[in-house]
Amino acid sequence: MNFYAIRAIYLHEMDRMRRTIGQSILSPVISTSLYFIVFGSVIGGMIPELDGVSYGSFIVPGLLMLTLLTQSISNSAFGIFFPKFTGSIYEVLAAPISSLEIIIGFVGASASKSLIVGIIILLTASFFVELEIQYPLLMFFLLVLTCLTFSLFGFLIGLLSNNFEQLQVVPLIIITPLVFLGGSLYTIEMLPEFWQKVSYFNPVVYLINGMRWSFYGSSDISILISVLSLVAFTLACIIGVAIVISKGYGVKN
Amino acid sequence: MKNIVSIKNLSKIYDNNFQALKDINLDIKKDEIIALLGPNGAGKTTLISIICGIVIPTSGSVSVDDFDIIKDYRKTRSQIGLVPQELTLEQFEFVFNNVSYTRGLYGKPPNPSLIEKILKDLSLWDKRNSRINELSGGMKRRVLIAKALSHEPSVLFLDEPSAGVDVELRQEMWEVIKDLRNTGVTIILTTHYIEEAEAIADRVAVINKGELLVVDNTSDLVQSMGQKTLIIDLHDAVNSLPSKLDKYNLNVLNNGLSVSYNYASKSKQTGITSLLQDMKEAGLKLKDINTEQSSLENIFVELVREK
Repeated sequence: MNFYAIRAIYLHEMDRMRRTIGQSILSPVISTSLYFIVFGSVIGGMIPELDGVSYGSFIVPGLLMLTLLTQSISNSAFGIFFPKFTGSIYEVLAAPISSLEIIIGFVGASASKSLIVGIIILLTASFFVELEIQYPLLMFFLLVLTCLTFSLFGFLIGLLSNNFEQLQVVPLIIITPLVFLGGSLYTIEMLPEFWQKVSYFNPVVYLINGMRWSFYGSSDISILISVLSLVAFTLACIIGVAIVISKGYGVKN
Repeated sequence: MKNIVSIKNLSKIYDNNFQALKDINLDIKKDEIIALLGPNGAGKTTLISIICGIVIPTSGSVSVDDFDIIKDYRKTRSQIGLVPQELTLEQFEFVFNNVSYTRGLYGKPPNPSLIEKILKDLSLWDKRNSRINELSGGMKRRVLIAKALSHEPSVLFLDEPSAGVDVELRQEMWEVIKDLRNTGVTIILTTHYIEEAEAIADRVAVINKGELLVVDNTSDLVQSMGQKTLIIDLHDAVNSLPSKLDKYNLNVLNNGLSVSYNYASKSKQTGITSLLQDMKEAGLKLKDINTEQSSLENIFVELVREK
């Protein structure tokens, strides 16, 4: 194992976060704070408790997931796409590094950045709403697994993208609607029966409900099904990345 | 001398069915400077990209220091440094950090004193804390060389090192390359500047349309394939030459004050003696005589045209 190479890629990517601190940290913190102010305090004050939890507290797991998913995908996709775009990917390809080591470096850094943002979001939330976490270890496990899985997914997008537009398509057109329609701001039970059934085809519903269960011990979906869904998606991402890399990374001729 | 790189029956066909390399066989000796010479699209970059692990070969094999580039890729790549043709650098990074990053990629522990020495040797030390986008084109190219040297490779590939570089910097670059060779680094450079190959390469390999046309010592190639030209200055200008001299295919130059005669330098009978004799008999008075060796450029053009 080329540990120095993994370390080099990891630190190099983390350094990108430091250089773009406004975009990496401040932007998600500001947008999440706005959600808490508008939905948690202003509108939330007029909404009764859901599952015995105030509306402001209820939306914390959903907003946390929204940030983790979009951050993990964009961090990782950009991390691998940018050297492809500038051409500096040549030095990664020409170095004595295995595909696995490249993935560990890039995905590890992306997941770390998302984890840092996730923790900051939680701290930010605690200023606006009363926060309780019934199962902190499970919450942390889901947090880490979500960051890793969606960073892998983002890595795949970055490998396959040929331009900036393609890089943005999945996060903006697929992930954001899925999160908003995945019960981040409401319970599935509040929907008409038909849309409840449709919602069960939305994979993000399982992620949000899993996270919500770790906070409050109740959700629309069994925690076991939520965790298994996340693990299944993790495996799908690993297989997807392995297939793309075996065909030349999307960067090798 | 030991072969450090050995290429056997190497071919590459891209997905669009373009055959970039056709059955290339080439041995590169340790500590030499070899120039891969060829026009644009000849296959030079594909060849070095395969050796460096960036492009996957279709068939054939390549070994570096007796290790196969695919089976033993860690051993081969750790010995290779690559300076790409394009200025492919992350513009917002700092010079010192970026060079150190490359050393890490090659599995080497941080070594600030070595990076300092490399940057000083390449006159970049003053710019160590500058962002790459603040550097001139020539400095960026030197950063690429510093990155390629950061893991102490024994084989260095330079893809068109003087593309877009001014004359002064090009000569500076040649000095850097020669110094590197003196420290035991084997240098393989691609170029379409004949002057560059002639100035610094020990051997030249001419590639065109994916085929290796010739490999030889630079000076031997010039000697064996080169033509010489005899320039004869005349006392009095001539309007036309006597028919007796037609067989020599002379060219009249300088408003009739000079004639030139081409001959094969390695030929047993150059025809010079009989030419001078016939000119004397034709009543032409000679003022001066010079010879010119044809350049590598002429040879290259000739080789490419023949194909």
